[in-house]
This record gives sequence, structure tokens and C-alpha cells, in this order.
Amino acid sequence: MSAKNKISFGQNVRQDVSENGESGVLISLENLSIFYSKKQAIKDISCKIFSNKITSVIGPSGCGKSTLLRAMNRMNDFVDGVSLEGKIYFSGMDLYGDGVDPVEIRHRIGMVFQDPNPFPKSIYNNIAWGPKINGYEGSIDELVERSLKQAALWDEVKDRLHMSALKLSGGQQQRLCIARALAMEPEVLLMDEPCSSLDPISTARIEDLMFELKSRYTIIIVTHNMQQAARISDYTAFIEAGKLVEIGDTEQIFTRPVQKRTEDYVTGRFG
Amino acid sequence: MSLNSEKQKKNLAQRQYKTKLFRLFCASITWLSTLILAVLVWQVTASGFNWLDWQFLSSFPSRFPENAGIKSAIAGTFWLVGLVAVISIPVGVSTAIYLEEFAKKGRVNKWVEVNISNLAGVPSIVYGILGLAVFVRFLALNRSLLSGALTMSLLILPVIIIASREAIRAVPRSIRYAAFSLGATRWQTTWSHILPASFPGIMTGIILALSRAIGETAPLIMIGALTFVAFVPEGPMDAFTALPIQIYNWASRPQDEFRNLAAAAIIVLLFILLIMNATAIYLRNRFEHGKNK
Repeated sequence: MSAKNKISFGQNVRQDVSENGESGVLISLENLSIFYSKKQAIKDISCKIFSNKITSVIGPSGCGKSTLLRAMNRMNDFVDGVSLEGKIYFSGMDLYGDGVDPVEIRHRIGMVFQDPNPFPKSIYNNIAWGPKINGYEGSIDELVERSLKQAALWDEVKDRLHMSALKLSGGQQQRLCIARALAMEPEVLLMDEPCSSLDPISTARIEDLMFELKSRYTIIIVTHNMQQAARISDYTAFIEAGKLVEIGDTEQIFTRPVQKRTEDYVTGRFG
Repeated sequence: MSLNSEKQKKNLAQRQYKTKLFRLFCASITWLSTLILAVLVWQVTASGFNWLDWQFLSSFPSRFPENAGIKSAIAGTFWLVGLVAVISIPVGVSTAIYLEEFAKKGRVNKWVEVNISNLAGVPSIVYGILGLAVFVRFLALNRSLLSGALTMSLLILPVIIIASREAIRAVPRSIRYAAFSLGATRWQTTWSHILPASFPGIMTGIILALSRAIGETAPLIMIGALTFVAFVPEGPMDAFTALPIQIYNWASRPQDEFRNLAAAAIIVLLFILLIMNATAIYLRNRFEHGKNK
């Protein structure tokens, strides 16, 4: 771990674990910097993400939260002019190492986007497509049902699975997108402000859902909403201007932050 | 100044007057072009309609106007369009997919894009000269349907590529990201999501481009398509004529009867074009509707 980053942790967080993934470290960032052409969006971030926990990433607009999230399943590959320094290890595998196929990574690390983006296809096919193209061998019907149940959408759509997904409400569409990601049976679920275009009721449903998913998945969520981060996450990372200011136990970050900037931000003095 | 002052009211009246004036201007231009088209269609119909019968559609050309027909020209036109479609659709759509989905967006891509746009603006006669030099002479394909089809394909390729690229580019990025985030490859994403979503736009571009190929005369004359063909082509290596060439040939004759024949052939050509454009609109509406179902 870089000495440049003064990072503090709550009492429940163990950071003194080896790279090999025991004690629940699933993803570790080491001196990660990301550049858009010349502009540096992420500045030398090192931290660890624990499995079966919800880690939320908070920070003001444009601080690099989404860039950081997208680096973890190599979605930044689609943005022109992005380059990366440092390492991201996922279960001990260097995500940007030679011979690593981003397609396989995205299979194992799923993503839910800010705006619901279902395919203009039926509800059923939205979920079935991913497993099909990845060569899923079990019963697709069962998988669709299981995924929709996990995303708490089954009861609302079970009678109209072959209706276009675009006819669903925004909140239902977002839960469909979660179900679609879950159908791939990923190890990690990255969520990029998944509730920002939803009403409070839909937001509450998705937060409930995340609690239930925690036992099976590792969730990293970028959010603008500090109450949301405080409500749902086990760990919280505060990023400002591309730098990791502080990461730690959520309760500690919101009640006894070590850094002054963190305190200012979480108490609403800026941002 | 309150909002209801006299000055305000006068000002508003003036502004509304300008809107009305502009509307009138646009409406008159629209109606003027429609009127000109109507007059043209009327003239053609008036002089050609009486000549339009089964005998005309099913006979070969003749030096006697009452025996002359457009059987070989219709056959040639359908052959030509069919071959052009077979050549230009795969090439054009693949090029568009490559440029939009696979090629690195950079200076080379930009350069190719500018060149394709320029090619779309090159006069058709230039393609005719190219076709004559390359296909007819150099590749020794002679004055065959294949020479004509290859030349026409070159002519409409830029149109197909540009239309397909626009259609592909119009597919929201979020759809691509959704597919990639599920562990899809470029090809799976393109095949399952990009192509179906851009299909109506690509189809419209293709049909409009093929319609253009049907109506083009200059390149065919340049490569030496025949004007008097008393047989129906049986393969791509046969000599041929096409409707626009037949029309051009008849219209340049001094006798009135042949000009009427030309008018009758124009009606047939217009009818074919109309059918094709209607198909384009139907396909677009059907698939766009299907998407939002």
C-alpha cells in the first residue's frame, strides 16, 4: 500500500491482509491513476474492496467516481483516449495484465448503469440474452425466473414476460437491468448511481434489494446521495478531485471522519 | 414597463405578423414544387398513357412505334437492380459497420469519411468513365450487365455507407454499454443489438440508393449499354438495355410517336420508383413501430 495515501479504517475493517484474497479482499487497487488524454481523472488511488459487502463511493460531481467504477470492469476501454497506470487486482488477477480478455472480466463483474437501459426487446429476452451468448447450459426459463425473483420484479411481470421491456416504468426497468446483470451470476455488481433517475419509492425498493443481494454478491455503488450511502453501505470511500480522501467503515466516515474534507462533505458544508 | 402596455402589444403583433409572413413563404415554396411535379406528371401521363398497354410492356423495341415495347428494358432494369443490390448491400453495410464499430476513431477514419462524402457528390458520368476504363476494358467484362451493375454499385456505395453509418450511429450508446457489460463481444453486440436497431434506417438508405440506380442513365450510356435490344438478358454477362436508356433513345428521335413511347416508359419507370419508395417507408414504419411495441 502506498505511503502517499493516508487512509484510515474503522474497527471492523481489516486491511492487513495478503494479496491472495483471504480475509475477504476481492478487489484491490494499487496506485491507480487514470488519464483522459492529458487530463488526470484518478490520482494514485490505492484501496481494497471486501467481498459480500456494499462499498459506496461518494464525492462531488466530476470527481472521478464513475471513471473509477468503470475501470473495474474495463468499460473505460470504450472511451477514446483513456489510459491507466497502476494495478487493479480482482481475485489476484491483474485486470489490465497481458492476456486478460475484458469480455471475460465483464462476465464476472456485472454493471448497472445510471439510466435504466433495457434492450428494446421483451422482458424475457433482456435477461436471456446475456447467458445465451455466454454459452449458459442450464434452463434459461428457470434462470429468467430466478433472476427476476432476485431483483424483486417477478411478481409484477410474470404474466407478461414477452412484453417489450420499454413498456415498464423507470423503476421496473432499473430492476430489470439488475436482474439482467444478476442472470450472468457475476461475482461483483458495479452500480453507477442506479437510483438517480428514480422516484423515492423505486429507490427504496432497490435499496432493499441491495441488502438482500449482499449475501451473494459484492456490490460497489457510486452515489450522489449521501443518505443512501449511509443507509445501505458497509464501507464508504470519499473521493474528491480524483483523489481518495478517505475510505472506511460507513458509520465512522459519517460520524467520526479522520479527514477535515470528509467531515465538511458529509455534513453538507460543500459539494 | 408593464407587460400589457400599448408598446408591448404592438410589438407582439409585429412579431406574430413576421411568423405569418414566414409561414406563407414556406407554404408557397412547398406548393410550388408540388405543382411543378404535378404538371410534369400530367404532361407525361397525357402524352404516354394511350400507349401504355400490355403490348407495350411485352414487346421488344421496334422501328415501328405501334409494335415497339419495353420488355427488354424492364428485364434489363430488374437484372441491373438485382445485381447492384447483391454487390452494394453487403459491401456498403459491412463498410459502415467496420467504420462505426470496429475502426479506431482517428485521423484515418476521418479521412475515409471525408472521402466517402466527396464520392457521393461525384457526377455520375465520372463513374461511367471509370466503369468503361476498369470494368469494360481492363477487366474485359465488355458491355455486360455485370459491368453496368459494378459501375452502378460504385455510384451508390457512398450513399449506402453514409445512410448506414448514420443509422448505426443513432443507436444509443447505452445499448452498446448494456451489451458489453454482459460480457458480449463486439460481434455479438453488433449482430444482436446494433443491426436490429438500425435496420429501418439502413433499409431506407438502401432502397433510396437502389432507386437512384434505377433512374441513372449517364453511366450506362458511358459504358455502352445497348439502346436496341431484341432479347431478354439471361445472365450477368449478357448485353442489356435499361428503362432510362430506352427512354433517352426514344426521346431523342424526331417522330412524335416515339416521344409518346418515351412518355409511356417514363410512367412505368416512375411507377417502379414509387413502389420502391413506398416499400422503404413501409419497412421503416413497421420496424420502428415494432421497436416500441
